[in-house]
Amino acid sequence: MLYREALNKAIDECMENDESVVILGEDVGRYGGSYRVTEGLISKYGEKRVIDTPIAELSIVGNAIGMAIAGLRPIAEIMTVNFSLLAMDQIINHASKLRYMSGGKMTIPLVVRMPGGVSRQLAAQHSESYETLYASIPGLIVLTASNATYAYNALKWAIKSNDPVIFLEHELLYPMEMDFKEVKDFNPFRAEIVKEGKDLTILTYLKMRYDVIEAEKELKKAGIDAEIIDLNSLRPLDIDTIAKSIKKTKKCVIVEEDHKTGGMGAEVVSQIMENCFYDLDAPVLRIAGEDVPIPYNRKLELSTIPTPDKIVSKILDWKAKNGI
Amino acid sequence: MNRARIEKFYYLMKLGREFELKAKEHYMLGDIAGFLHLDIGQEAVSVGTMQAFDKGDVFTHYREHVLAIARGMEPKKIMAELFGKKTGISKGKGGSMHLFEPRLNFYGGDAIVAGHLPMAVGCAYARKLQNEKAGVFAIFGDGASNAGAFFESINIASAWKLPLMFFAENNYYAIGTHISWVSPFVDLKEKARNYMPTFTCDGMDVCDVYNTVIKAKEIIENGLGPVFIEAKTYRYEGHSMSDAGKYRSEEEMEIFKRKDPIENLKKKAIKLGLVDEEYFNALDAKVEQVINEAVEFAANSPEPEIEEAFEDVFCKECENAIS
Ligand SMILES: Cc1ncc(C[n+]2csc(CCOP(=O)(O)OP(=O)(O)O)c2C)c(N)n1
Ligand SMILES: [Mg+2]
Repeated sequence: MLYREALNKAIDECMENDESVVILGEDVGRYGGSYRVTEGLISKYGEKRVIDTPIAELSIVGNAIGMAIAGLRPIAEIMTVNFSLLAMDQIINHASKLRYMSGGKMTIPLVVRMPGGVSRQLAAQHSESYETLYASIPGLIVLTASNATYAYNALKWAIKSNDPVIFLEHELLYPMEMDFKEVKDFNPFRAEIVKEGKDLTILTYLKMRYDVIEAEKELKKAGIDAEIIDLNSLRPLDIDTIAKSIKKTKKCVIVEEDHKTGGMGAEVVSQIMENCFYDLDAPVLRIAGEDVPIPYNRKLELSTIPTPDKIVSKILDWKAKNGI
Repeated sequence: MNRARIEKFYYLMKLGREFELKAKEHYMLGDIAGFLHLDIGQEAVSVGTMQAFDKGDVFTHYREHVLAIARGMEPKKIMAELFGKKTGISKGKGGSMHLFEPRLNFYGGDAIVAGHLPMAVGCAYARKLQNEKAGVFAIFGDGASNAGAFFESINIASAWKLPLMFFAENNYYAIGTHISWVSPFVDLKEKARNYMPTFTCDGMDVCDVYNTVIKAKEIIENGLGPVFIEAKTYRYEGHSMSDAGKYRSEEEMEIFKRKDPIENLKKKAIKLGLVDEEYFNALDAKVEQVINEAVEFAANSPEPEIEEAFEDVFCKECENAIS
């Protein structure tokens, strides 16, 4: 199943089973979704539940919050993570705080879905990974879907959840063919051990999962048995799974596409310092996006994000430098 | 209409059209990537506005190749930018959506819908403070006219009587969303008419666009505050190269293609006896030469060095102070 089809299936089933589920966003209806995630939904559920909005991100999320207050279960689709910056006031000042500042009386069952990351030469205003902006906010759940199984099961969970969920996708994943499994009593907050290993823990999420899997083949040739963990949930973070792995491997690398400074790895490393310091044989290695906006030229673009080659060479250098 | 003006209009529109047809070709060949938004069909707006609004500052969105050419940016530097080359107008770092040339008071190339409008308002404020009469030109689409930034901008520009020309390029669609689905008005001037004088022109007729901008410009230059112009036009291509544009009917497309701005200018000028077919053939030959040179320049230019990915984040002074 294609990744985007898994997302579509999750939305479709939720809309089928619960009339209060609606989806709104730019081009989600008649056009079929800019990445075809919502394809076919409008003909099944009509334009009252599959809502084509104007280009007004603040309102897309704000309206969705209002719908949630009134008892609907809205899914707000933002076309690209960069545009969600226009909606941040509604997400952060409103969605994340309404339950708390009402003393628990308000309930906001909201999902905000958005794709991000470096796709292919879309340049600085269309290529960002801003997950830490959301993962630093109390009151938000932040999930990342790197694969069809997680996408389907976690999105279904998110739609049924009674709290606001930021659901992050990646533009390069939509057309990818993937294994797919329906999971009973799915828990979206558990990290996934993608591959077990004993020498080294590699933490990653979203599209970087695939770059890490590529890199691991080379590491294996170099005699390194790496354990790959997909974080899945960025807030909350599954520190238990991470800590257990580090206890075994004594070494940890995080591979992320967002900018290094203040990126997701910064928070992960902090939690590792608090929980696993005495288990570590070496400082944690962060392989991250460079601290520059994303350039258009393909060669430059690739120079600003991790690639399988870079992941391998950085890990080998780091091992040599630390004598591990 | 006079001969010199016809020549300018025709030449620039044709240059824009051929530039984009070539860009499309090279996109298919893989020399250009990312989002490529073509202006084909809308050249009268890009050329008419820039010919009339020839001083002042310009803020625009991502569908801006022809506007940039009409403003005076060299086609070869734009083509090189599309090819991602070091010699491109933004050194290969911006691509199609991010053409900048402050020497021409041309400030992008913004790919956040309506994101350039508040900046245009600020620029207009500064121009008023500096006693610059020419003011600021900001062009945007029907889709952008639904964004909060648009409404904030018309309010502020009007409240403070700023020298700002809002130019709404209404091609009816924001990607696949028709303006009538998401706005109570298809006529966008309805949104602005309580704030400032509004004008409409035929976006398929370069002379009408030109004359309307000339007329509206007077209000700005006399310090009477902002103006709003709406032009109805049509893009023949999809939203970008990744959109086939299937949501539009053949009939709708035909209505506008019959009004093609380039063909119609040519016909009109010949009918009026101002020039003959030969005259246009000569201009076409000149266009072909410029476009071929632009492609050659782009193809033969070097790629930027990897180090350049790390430059231009800050100015040299800051970089030095930091490192
Ligand atoms: C804030 C924001 N939201 C969404 C987008 C995605 N997007 C790019 S262009 C576009 C349509 C804009 O339509 P319009 O303003 O009519 O201009 P046109 O493309 O027709 O020239 C959309 C939705 C974006 N770039 N920025
Ligand atoms: Mg439009």
